[in-house]
Amino acid sequence: MHKALGYRDFDWPLLAMVLLLCVLSVFEIYSATMHTKYIGFHIKQMYWIGGGLVLMFLLARVDYHRLLDFAYWAYGACILSLVAVRLVGTRVMGARRWVRIGPIHFQPSEWVKLVLIVLIAHYFANLGCRRLTWPDIFKAIGLVGVPMLLVVAQPDLGTALTYFPILVAGLFLGGIHWRQALLLVTVSVVVVVGVWSSGKVIKPYQKARLTSFLNPDADPRGTGYHLRQSLIAVGSGGIWGQGAEKGTQTQGDFLPIPHADFIFAAFSEEHGFVGAFLVLLLYFAILMRLIQNAQTAADISGALLVMGVVAVLTFQIMVNIGMVIGFMPVTGIPLPLMSYGGSSVLFTFLALGVVMNVRMRRFVN
Amino acid sequence: MTTERVNREEKLPALKLTLVQYGILLIMLVLVTGLWRLQVLGADSWKVLAEQNRIRKVPILAPRGKLFDREGRLLVDNYPSVSCFLVREQGRPIDADLPLIARGLDLDLDQLRATLHRYRGSAAYQPIPIKQDITPDEQAFIAAHRNELPELETIDEERRLYPSDGFASHVIGYVGEVSEDMLNDPRYAYYEPGDVVGRAGIEQSYDEILRGQDGSMDVIVDSHGREVGREGIQPAVPGHDLKLTLDIDIQRAAEQALGAANGAIIAMDPRTGEILALVSHPNFDPNAFAVRIGRAEWSSLITDPSHPLMNKAIQDQLAPGSTFKVIMSVAGLQQGIAQNLKVNCAGGGTFYGHFFHCDHHHGLLSIHEAIPESCDTYFYQLASMLGIDTIAGYAHELGIGVKTGIDLPDEMAGVMPSTEWKMKNYHEKWYAGEVISVGIGQGAVAVTPIQLLRALSGVASDGHMVRPHLVDADQVPADFERALLETYPGSGATQVPLNPDTWMTITDGMAGTTQPGLYHTAEGAHLDGIDFAGKTGTAQVVGGGDTHNRGGAKTPNAWFVGMAPRRNPEIAVVVLQEHGDWGSGSAKLAAQVITAYVNKQRRLEKNLATVPAKPPTVGQQASAAQAATVEMSAIWSRPGKREQNLRTVPERLGVGGFEIALNPPQNPIQISVPVRPLSGTARNRATARAESR
Repeated sequence: MHKALGYRDFDWPLLAMVLLLCVLSVFEIYSATMHTKYIGFHIKQMYWIGGGLVLMFLLARVDYHRLLDFAYWAYGACILSLVAVRLVGTRVMGARRWVRIGPIHFQPSEWVKLVLIVLIAHYFANLGCRRLTWPDIFKAIGLVGVPMLLVVAQPDLGTALTYFPILVAGLFLGGIHWRQALLLVTVSVVVVVGVWSSGKVIKPYQKARLTSFLNPDADPRGTGYHLRQSLIAVGSGGIWGQGAEKGTQTQGDFLPIPHADFIFAAFSEEHGFVGAFLVLLLYFAILMRLIQNAQTAADISGALLVMGVVAVLTFQIMVNIGMVIGFMPVTGIPLPLMSYGGSSVLFTFLALGVVMNVRMRRFVN
Repeated sequence: MTTERVNREEKLPALKLTLVQYGILLIMLVLVTGLWRLQVLGADSWKVLAEQNRIRKVPILAPRGKLFDREGRLLVDNYPSVSCFLVREQGRPIDADLPLIARGLDLDLDQLRATLHRYRGSAAYQPIPIKQDITPDEQAFIAAHRNELPELETIDEERRLYPSDGFASHVIGYVGEVSEDMLNDPRYAYYEPGDVVGRAGIEQSYDEILRGQDGSMDVIVDSHGREVGREGIQPAVPGHDLKLTLDIDIQRAAEQALGAANGAIIAMDPRTGEILALVSHPNFDPNAFAVRIGRAEWSSLITDPSHPLMNKAIQDQLAPGSTFKVIMSVAGLQQGIAQNLKVNCAGGGTFYGHFFHCDHHHGLLSIHEAIPESCDTYFYQLASMLGIDTIAGYAHELGIGVKTGIDLPDEMAGVMPSTEWKMKNYHEKWYAGEVISVGIGQGAVAVTPIQLLRALSGVASDGHMVRPHLVDADQVPADFERALLETYPGSGATQVPLNPDTWMTITDGMAGTTQPGLYHTAEGAHLDGIDFAGKTGTAQVVGGGDTHNRGGAKTPNAWFVGMAPRRNPEIAVVVLQEHGDWGSGSAKLAAQVITAYVNKQRRLEKNLATVPAKPPTVGQQASAAQAATVEMSAIWSRPGKREQNLRTVPERLGVGGFEIALNPPQNPIQISVPVRPLSGTARNRATARAESR
């Protein structure tokens, strides 16, 4: 049944849009780092993209049903690796997120994201589209909740939050009833408020970061600094932007990490509303194309896989750009396909590999 | 596995996927709205913030115009200096670093705090000047602490360099930081806190001409305050140089004549009103103000009982004593009374039931003897015949009790009493007997030296009254000159009609004063070969009576107004020695100044005689410049003082070797750089000087 597969069925238009974003990303990383100690990161990013493409093609070759069958094994490995990080991880900037295997630093929390997409797709596909029972729901919450809590404890709140949309998408598409959803939302709000005010799980600096976006001017030198500089960068870009390599906020080192989390601010400053709008349009087109792939998927598990990817990407785009323009708290979630970073790039391409996988097998019975 | 196979045929509900699509569209629209709000609607204000982030406005300070004497010799120069500013745009709280700054820049911590406190209300982009004229060590401190104290900024500027020892300090004035009172005054709208402004003398009255226009530049910095570039450089427009009417030679003669005595000497050309010399003693060192004056130094200047900051030449208001008899004579002769008045002086006379004393038994005398002998009895009699209001009328006409309008700040008006004046100020009627002491320049009469000089030299010039001034009107724009006249109003240039008889009688009488003769009050100041005329004044001070211990607080003030020649004089000199006892002493000082003037004129005339009729060659002009050279070095390095200058000045200025450059012994005139707005012979000389190097 695999013999008929060829790269003719690969989603080339999707890949073209993705690569276009990658090109913009490389140029912006070059511009944003040219006067900093991160100079040359655009080259590294190109290596990551190249590696991501290879992984994407490799992953596309393996039938996604085999991936689904492996989901629980992989999940177990994830939990183990997260526990390992807690025990033997390298401490970087106060958080244990990285595992070092030989020369490679690896951040398991990104790879957990991919496994969760597969696992949730597998889980809800197995349930069929029947009405979900409460035990079904709680089991799903548990599956996502355990790694989430482990990552929150690293502490890496941002990445942990990206697991959440996988669960939401799974529940929504997996057949939750709106009454159940309403109850869940209510309970969640109560729990979140309780956790927030208890002050134990979320550390004060995280709290300050999460709330400073509401009033960045209150403390322009402290927690609001990054946000304020980001707003200045985006705002001063105007309609047409200040021009590549000419953004004063980016070049003057005012904008924090302009090649990673705040790359959209750097891009918006140098290319203006027009540039930023085109990037958003590109993201929108990519997401629509992904959903189309979900519609044409051969079965419900394939569709759920693709929609898991859609959920994660949408969430990251929303939170990152929302952060840059002051609608969302500063959480340290990278912008997919644009922010510099190996783990982020590799995850995105692997996720796209899953999508390609599903698309290539859409006519297979 | 079997259930999976079954489920694989199913599809996700299309409705839910459509919902997801709309959800994503909504998210995208929200994000686009946010971008629109920032980049399209709010772009302008965000751009301003971005500019404030990266651009630091740094002023380029305009050098003030230099001052030259009437022959183009340098009187006030500038020297390059570095000042330290504090820039607050970083927004970082600085309080914790103040002790470090105070230590590194050798500042008083409390004073530094007070400075910052004064600027707390001003805009953040405005730099705070915290120390001027910093030393190389302090510059090194700032450079070494770039990272810890990015707020510290240095600015190159030109600072004032004045002649040492307070030479002509009351003419020149000084510069200092603009005060809060001045900032509230619309005339000083140009200034912002921390700017340097002329605070006295020519520096104040001609500030607008001298100050130039500060430029500015945008220094581009990164988030650490490091400079990465400059743009928008608007160069400073230097202030205009000014040529004063002052003659360094005459000024020096006047300074030497007055010496250590408290008082004032002014020399003026009565034909034009040009001030040739103006000395007030005690004086001050304007250099101490140019480098910000210390609190202790300031309070010592303020509380000094001899008032070193007071320009006695235009601010001292004292009884003129017998010099007032010239005014009395004008009144008496113009009224037709004095011509025929003969008075028998028996050491005084009785008027209105009181005996009024005279210094000698002058016997029977007329106006011709009464002026040189300065007989009080004669003028008691004349005063009683004229009455106060007639006297006051003539006195006012001659500018007594009125400002002269000299182009120096804070001139005083003096007092000329009259019935109206007394009613207005004391709400009392005038008692006829009070006129007697007015007749000899006592009583309520109070004049300033400049006023007295203008009045007496005006009488000697046939009533041609001038406005004394230190800068000729052709040196400045017409509208500035108009504003100047409004700012410093006075009696100005007028013509007082005098009978020829009046003029002749008085000038001859004043000439007699310095001639040998019995009771002639200034015969000791006789000058051979110079037609030297004048009038002494020995003005008793309140409660002083006839005390004569020189310098004591009750000793009379010694006045002399002298001029040469007696009619239409070329030079007139007033000398005031506070508590100097007899006016005859002051006459000798005036004689010194007049001698210096006459000698210089004769020397120049002799030089001119040797110059052929054709235009002078450069070489000959250079020799005139050489003569100037000698005079200059005499001012800048007085014999015996040079070592002290070398030791103290570099310490204070913080620029090593500076004074040495001023005094290269072989060619001191090199400090005189090309002169811009000079005219006529002075310019020729300056050019010649430049070429002769």
